[in-house]
Amino acid sequence: MRLFGYRLTITALIGLIIIVINIIAALGAPLIAPFDQADVVGDAWADPDAQHWLGLDNLGRDVFSRLMYGARMSIGLSFIITCISFTIGIITGFMAAVLRGWADTLLSRLVDLLLSMPTLIFAFIILSVLGTELPVLIGTIAILDSTKVFRLSRALAMNLAALEYVEVARVRGEGLWWVISKEILPNAMAPLIAEFGLRFSFAFLFIAALSFLGLGVQPPNADWGSMVRDYRDMINLGQPAPLYPAGAIALLTIGVNFVVDWMLAIHSRSHGDGA
Amino acid sequence: MSGRTVGQDILHVVNLRVEVRTDKGPGPVLVDNVSFDLRRGEVLGLIGESGAGKSTIGLTALGYTRGGCHISGGSLMFEGKDIRLMNAAERRALRGPGVAYIAQSAAASFNPAMTLMEQVCEIPVKHGLMSMGEARKVAVTLFRELELPNPETIGNRYPHQVSGGQLQRAMAAMAMAARPDILVFDEPTTALDVTTQVEVLASFRKLIREHGTAAIYITHDLAVVAQIADYIMVLRHGKMVEMGTSNQILQAPREEYTRRLVAERVAGHNFRADLDTGEAPLLSVRNVVASYHSLLRVIDDVSVDVRRGDTVAVVGESGSGKSTLARVIIGLLPRQSGDIKFRGESLPPALKDRNKDQLRRVQMIYQMPDVALNPNQTLFDIIGRPVQFYFGRPRAQVRARVLELLRMMDLPESFIDRRPGELSGGQKQRVGIARALAAEPDLIICDEVTSALDQLVGEEILRLLKKLQDDLGLAYLFITHDLGTVKRIANKVAVMLKGKMVAGGETAQVFAPPYHPYTELLLSSVPEMRSDWLDEVLTRRKQTMAAVQAAQIQLAG
Repeated sequence: MRLFGYRLTITALIGLIIIVINIIAALGAPLIAPFDQADVVGDAWADPDAQHWLGLDNLGRDVFSRLMYGARMSIGLSFIITCISFTIGIITGFMAAVLRGWADTLLSRLVDLLLSMPTLIFAFIILSVLGTELPVLIGTIAILDSTKVFRLSRALAMNLAALEYVEVARVRGEGLWWVISKEILPNAMAPLIAEFGLRFSFAFLFIAALSFLGLGVQPPNADWGSMVRDYRDMINLGQPAPLYPAGAIALLTIGVNFVVDWMLAIHSRSHGDGA
Repeated sequence: MSGRTVGQDILHVVNLRVEVRTDKGPGPVLVDNVSFDLRRGEVLGLIGESGAGKSTIGLTALGYTRGGCHISGGSLMFEGKDIRLMNAAERRALRGPGVAYIAQSAAASFNPAMTLMEQVCEIPVKHGLMSMGEARKVAVTLFRELELPNPETIGNRYPHQVSGGQLQRAMAAMAMAARPDILVFDEPTTALDVTTQVEVLASFRKLIREHGTAAIYITHDLAVVAQIADYIMVLRHGKMVEMGTSNQILQAPREEYTRRLVAERVAGHNFRADLDTGEAPLLSVRNVVASYHSLLRVIDDVSVDVRRGDTVAVVGESGSGKSTLARVIIGLLPRQSGDIKFRGESLPPALKDRNKDQLRRVQMIYQMPDVALNPNQTLFDIIGRPVQFYFGRPRAQVRARVLELLRMMDLPESFIDRRPGELSGGQKQRVGIARALAAEPDLIICDEVTSALDQLVGEEILRLLKKLQDDLGLAYLFITHDLGTVKRIANKVAVMLKGKMVAGGETAQVFAPPYHPYTELLLSSVPEMRSDWLDEVLTRRKQTMAAVQAAQIQLAG
């Protein structure tokens, strides 16, 4: 099997299947899920039956339906956050690399400042001061994540900006936007896409961690991290309920990484000994 | 060494065939039906353009092929054993004590974190041939034989602490340390300056003769191989064109292809007449000084005039500041003092202060077409952008202009939607020229435009540039280290040494006696197509070097 003209490895194929299933679950949750995420449909901790495949939770809500709505929330949020952090990170990173001088110094030191603080603690402080509404959550994680994207894009653009075709564009008199969008971005695409997958996993885990600690997605919205928190006590009673959202987190992370590994392998091959 | 009789057969290669292995069975054939014998104390030169299979043949002597390739036919008999049939352990034992390899880039072949001595001693010690103490003694002897300065202590230095030519010789010492029967030299002097090349060639030749080692010498430069090889094999597209003694190949080549190669090097040393029309110069560089972040002046008090229709060559070794001069003219490196006048008006030092018209009228063509063209853009984007940017024409007109430029470059019109990756090196360089022409410039700066290309392809590019100059009245500032090129195309020349201009004027004048001593050194270092040239030049060399040093002291004073 081939994708984008490259042969899919078995791990990449597995990863791709996992991702596709998750996307279907996320997009189709309202259509596919048997119940709403907030509906109380029976007794708390009811055992699985024909209608409630994974049983009911602490308030009597359907675990399977909540898992699907949780996918919607967790994946959707991570995707939006990663998109925003990449937009910020790439633009500032490329600008720093092309402009050099004071612009580079200013941006790089600002990023160093943000990077010097432990991410989770920093997010805690902001979220407890500004509240835990979704836009605040998205903005905080996106900005914190964009520092890492900045580092990568700056390094990539530094290498590319030294190449002669970028010099040609500058000597021609092209503006900053042309140099960034036409000369540098298309040639930095492969490593950036691979990084996107990796950063997506991190954002996803970060939201899960925040939700687990109660600062992320708020009830009654379902989210895999907060589901693990809500159900965690049941592990002592031999109930498998907390394992479903935890397993979903692990599975998607592994799936994304499988695909990213495959993309990185292609990238390093095409930049290797020039086959 | 005992038991080493010069002339004794050491390697028999019969009907060698190397193929690329692909998913779908056999791929292209890299080397087809090549046979030769190597004898002790003799050097076989392999010559051909890139892709001719020279390096592939050289590597098979080590029992090695590059990833994805394999030896699919023939035999390589080394001391009665077929290298092709050896297992991994036998091949490992072969490499080093049996056959050793000297690569083009010594800088990339040395570990920067280890001293030269450690790396030279590594092979004989690893193979258990010598103790560390013995290996050190051998290394010092080799350093002395290779005429490295301070042979006793140079081994304690790290690779970055010696010059390029010295590093290349240290690599020869590394290869010789285990006393191999065969040495494979793969373009070992290509990355060096002409004046350094002479010294390195001389010490290689001495080494081979004294040790009675057999050698394969791979190069694209027929004049270089003429100095060192006893036999020459000419290769093309993986096949042998012809093989003979060096003198026979140089003086009486049998095949048309060889004749063209030989003719290219001997051709045309008739100087272009100067076209002094008395008009004001197009570009006038006056007493320009420039440096990178330091007090050391990379360009020191340089003055050059370029008139319409002129081809002015700037020559010098690497580090002479000739490429920096181009960057200063184009505005990438602002000058610190002096003036650059273009069409009578002073050009602002920095790129950002120049207007669109000033930028448009001076264009540049680069050495490496691979990195000078954006791999993600089509030729329409690459060549069309200057047309659109400077003249703001609508898309249809831009396309018509790009097609016209492709025709001028003798490139098929269908190339317009291709990307650089689908083109050959020569074709890419033509695209670089087309992009420069798209801006309709008055002056084109050519930075070593032929040095990354094969001889015959480079020749075509020079002819194309000449034709464009005649048709469009362009002026060229031609930066090069190749004096053969200069003699053929430039009507004026500026010779640079350590950032200063040591000689300048009409080519015929600069390249005729009385020379400036440095000009003479450069001229005498260009290999000539006769096998006794190296001996001659070495005897003359010592006097010239003394004169250059005297001149340098004068410059500094």
